[in-house]
Amino acid sequence: MIKFSEKQLKIPQMQRPVFLVTGGMSKFGRAMPEKRTEELVIDSFVEAAEFIGKTPAELKEYIHSCYYGHFADHFGDQLLGEAVIHDRLGLDPLGNVGIKTGGATGGSTMWEAFKAVASGYSDCVLAMGWERMDEVPTDEGNNYIASAADKDWETPLGHIYTGYYAVMAQKYWQVFGKEEESFRRTMAEIAVKNRGYARMNPHAQGPMDITVEDVLNSPVVAYPLRALDCCLMSVGASCAILCDEKTAYELTDEPLLVYVSAGSHTLRVADRRDMDIPLLPNESPDQYKDLGERFPGGDRYPGFTGFLAARMAAYYGYRMAGIVDPTEDLDLVELHDAFTISDIQSYEDIGIRPYGEGRTYVESGDCYHTNPHTGEPGKLPSNLCGGLIGCMHAVGATGIMQTVEVGQHIWGRWAEMHEDQSKWDRFGRTKPEDWTNLQVEGAKRGLAISHAGVGSHVTATVLVHPEHQLERNES
Amino acid sequence: MSTAKRGKVRVENGRYRLDGQFHFPYPNDPIRNEHGELMGVTNPRDLTHVHMYGGEAPFFEGLSQGKLLGTRCDNSDCEANGSIFIPFRIHCPDCLVKNNIVDMTDTARKGATVHTFMITERTGAFNTLPKPIRFVNVEFESVPTILMGYLSVGEPEIGMKVVPIFNTSKPSYTILDLSWVPEGTDESDIPKGFTFQ
Repeated sequence: MIKFSEKQLKIPQMQRPVFLVTGGMSKFGRAMPEKRTEELVIDSFVEAAEFIGKTPAELKEYIHSCYYGHFADHFGDQLLGEAVIHDRLGLDPLGNVGIKTGGATGGSTMWEAFKAVASGYSDCVLAMGWERMDEVPTDEGNNYIASAADKDWETPLGHIYTGYYAVMAQKYWQVFGKEEESFRRTMAEIAVKNRGYARMNPHAQGPMDITVEDVLNSPVVAYPLRALDCCLMSVGASCAILCDEKTAYELTDEPLLVYVSAGSHTLRVADRRDMDIPLLPNESPDQYKDLGERFPGGDRYPGFTGFLAARMAAYYGYRMAGIVDPTEDLDLVELHDAFTISDIQSYEDIGIRPYGEGRTYVESGDCYHTNPHTGEPGKLPSNLCGGLIGCMHAVGATGIMQTVEVGQHIWGRWAEMHEDQSKWDRFGRTKPEDWTNLQVEGAKRGLAISHAGVGSHVTATVLVHPEHQLERNES
Repeated sequence: MSTAKRGKVRVENGRYRLDGQFHFPYPNDPIRNEHGELMGVTNPRDLTHVHMYGGEAPFFEGLSQGKLLGTRCDNSDCEANGSIFIPFRIHCPDCLVKNNIVDMTDTARKGATVHTFMITERTGAFNTLPKPIRFVNVEFESVPTILMGYLSVGEPEIGMKVVPIFNTSKPSYTILDLSWVPEGTDESDIPKGFTFQ
């Protein structure tokens, strides 16, 4: 579609509020030959139970239905893996379903779990996601991932998903980045930031203390993207427990309101047709009239430079949660930084910056925990867990892990979950001597974006402290 | 493993007729750690998947004949009426009425330009294209969509004029039978097996 009806643009209405009660995650790594997937899943579930002072058996007594995110049966080499996990968690005979939306699988799992509670079907649900991408060599793994492109029209072209993605990066680089060296350095800055934050996260797979020059000197994957611009390939699991209000307060004194929305766009980027930009609450109809003058080629929307699915997820989600300006109304975000350049594209799609100006979110220092230019707290810190570039991309788990990370900040318990020496020891990782507490002080609202393919599916998960709820916005 | 016995498929009276072997068994091997402890096993396999093109079959047949086919929505009640789709869409994405096939070969020869591109040395397993692969996304006059393909001669640039070439001598009947070269490329410079028409 290139035009949307009023019915299609209706702001989703829940039958009742939904709360995030707890969440957990396993260790993430490139390979985990010592563990089966079910062990990783149980690790994450146990962490979620302990987070609210319950035993796993006590928490299980509340669960009514289960939502399982697992992107690739190929990687697991197990069809109906959800049934295996469900059994190993000892949750039979509860209803359960598998969810698969590529890179957005974790976010889509949250979306389904959210709707199950919002509708009244269940009072307490489990959203669990995992991936294990270590049981084939990397080139076969790339072949599997490329199977998520159109098998007849794209996949045979090199069997390399990065290539299908990178054509958009190239277009953005030329239109909005104007091929400027300064823009390339801004991209590299994201990789430095996220890998640096990953150093403070015992779960993270890719911590690195690097410089912009290190990124710029890393091997070219698909110009202008270099190896250190790209996300990780991972093994691990993450889970969240969502409840209605009554059940939530039975389980914890501090549940968080949660809103989840979703958008989509063509699997083949080749099929995109031009349309008007759907506007977010902080944008005006005239705002983009001169976009093509300022950035020649930039007026073709969504073209190869924007992600309509992300825009629509934000379109619905911000209005559900009452967010007008994400930079003002949110305290932190976890974005789907599959590549440094797509991270910049996302800033624009979700309204952190207007189209064409995404780079300023990094260059201003707003995206940092502590603004490197001012020494003051960053206005809207992003990817403090390390993101997909520094922490992990165990695909089915990613969107859930991001949500749990945002929740830990709003609960004021980020340090508790990342500082404990016993966790570093258990994961066999060395805690850095300069370990820094990245807790966002006073966080009350946050956002996690989960993104698939070349923008085929995107979800937006907004967490809000109940004392800081905003008014739903229908306009 | 010899492919001499590898299975072939034909369709007769709407049914698959299989001839030959479609899977080749191999034994598992144990995977052990440095202490000799069992960690797992390998699960090797070699199988052939049977894939049907359905309504897209004319497109892939067309490539082998030196033709680039698209489709057009001719439903006068549809807002997309007159829209031409490349990639080929069997049905209009708006009204879902079956599109008509249109031959876009001449249009592609006269006015195809590179919208964006990418050069990569990295490929996944089973890649058959020479590296580096030069991805090009090609747009045509009067076509709202932008086709992904690969450039076989020269270095890509945004806005570059390109023309299609086709693997007509030994077609694979896949999208790899279509490639692009800069406008003005001499026939002697294009890959073996490919032709301009």
